[in-house]
Amino acid sequence: MKPIACHTDLPVLLPPGPALTVARGESGFGDPRRIFTPAVAIGLFAAFVISVLVNEAAAAPAAPGILAALWKWAPLIFQGFLFNLLVSVLSMAIGTVAGTALGLAQISLLPSVRGASWLTTQFFRNAPWLVLLFYCMLLLPFEIKIAGLTIPLPAWFKSVIGLSLPVMANVSEVVRGGVRSIPLAQWESAETLAFTRRQTLWMIILPQCLKRMMPPWMNLYAILTMATPLISIVGVQDSMTLTRAALSAEGRSELLVPMYLMLLGWFFLYCYPIARCTVALERRFTVKN
Amino acid sequence: MAWTPDQPIIRIADVHKSFGPIEVLKGVTFDVRKGEVICVIGPSGSGKSTLLRCVNALVPIERGSILVEGQEVNDPKLDKLALRRKVGMVFQQYNLFPHKTALQNVMMAPIHVLKQDRNEVEARAIALLRKVRLAEKAAAYPGELSGGQQQRVAIARSLAMNPDVMLFDEVTAALDPETVKEVLVAIRELAAEGMTCMIVTHEMGFARELAHHIYFTDRGVIVEHGPPTDFFACPRDPRTKEFLSQIL
Repeated sequence: MKPIACHTDLPVLLPPGPALTVARGESGFGDPRRIFTPAVAIGLFAAFVISVLVNEAAAAPAAPGILAALWKWAPLIFQGFLFNLLVSVLSMAIGTVAGTALGLAQISLLPSVRGASWLTTQFFRNAPWLVLLFYCMLLLPFEIKIAGLTIPLPAWFKSVIGLSLPVMANVSEVVRGGVRSIPLAQWESAETLAFTRRQTLWMIILPQCLKRMMPPWMNLYAILTMATPLISIVGVQDSMTLTRAALSAEGRSELLVPMYLMLLGWFFLYCYPIARCTVALERRFTVKN
Repeated sequence: MAWTPDQPIIRIADVHKSFGPIEVLKGVTFDVRKGEVICVIGPSGSGKSTLLRCVNALVPIERGSILVEGQEVNDPKLDKLALRRKVGMVFQQYNLFPHKTALQNVMMAPIHVLKQDRNEVEARAIALLRKVRLAEKAAAYPGELSGGQQQRVAIARSLAMNPDVMLFDEVTAALDPETVKEVLVAIRELAAEGMTCMIVTHEMGFARELAHHIYFTDRGVIVEHGPPTDFFACPRDPRTKEFLSQIL
């Protein structure tokens, strides 16, 4: 097997061309909208095609073609990809529910509740996702017993919880920021109409924030989805694990780049529309105000 | 001692209020009788709006007493919600709920706060919008209404709670001159029906026409007060004279 370093003629290993420089220089690592420009999309696709062609040419004549190998493994890896999406949806759901509660606690009238929730938010917001994942895998038991009932806690579910922690902290900030963006006069006028604080929050303030909170929330979801392959590092079998397994089963280094590119492509196709949608929503919102 | 309608509906006695080192109210005292319309005028920063906010406990006071229908506002055990059902307030910036239509704005509080029947509230809300001449705008959102229209919806919204007293805090100050009149007309009709009104305003003509009593505040105290005819015709205090000469 030839080492990968020999393939210096691979486009992806060459210095980035004009198509890729669009995304360079913008430091928005956390912002998928910046990374996913149409030029990058074209570049990505071109890289995929070229890598297939180049590797096809370099492959031994006797071995089956690269496309054939991709085709063979695609269904299995795609199942893994769907699992990544499941993890992303579950983490987002748990993180959103917990984060909303935490965000509302951050605007509590009780200083102790406010302080504790602020600290929790800041802690999980500023912790590396991978470290949180490791912590959840290590600290959570493999099963929990509640009133004689034993609920198993499989590794994949622990990883969902691990990912939902940073989501929770980010949603908490989105909620707090959303509520604070509503003028105090709205609270006051609700107060003079004898609404309770709880009524004011749920019927008057939060419905107004919802629109404002959508773009950052969707942005967070896109980032989370792209971060789900982290779970492969802590031993959960996802698309990343399956890609690696397929590669080692094939044992052909020329498959390395096309196969990872295929996976990248799927993530791109899933996240890019979300990013576009976020931009559209944001634009609509700015025009309205 | 229970309150009876022959007693003043609002009794303000020696009210003091500071924001940090700035003393905004330095001992304000006066009464408002049921059905009376009083106007509070004075230069900006003289504590007029703060006084109004103290009456419905939006702002806590430090010293003195405010009785609304015999209920002490400056009482830590005060049931603020009960107080605010009796006292309606309209703001300079209207503060309608932008995600609700005009009709929904009017209906919300009676349904959710007073727990009244939705159909009955709706009929009353439509009648109130008709009263402020906005029946055709019931389905419009605040963003689609002019300032004057929004302010009239705000008045209707406040009236839907059937308050005993209405507080108006410079309600025309943010409006275009041509829409000021429509709001003043709405308030005039309300006063004619016998609603007790406390109005903070810069509209001197309006105050002169409508008020039973005028209070002039400056730097946290009531400098001078009296019926509008006396007040505008022969002000006694030099500060009042100066203020009126600048305004009129």
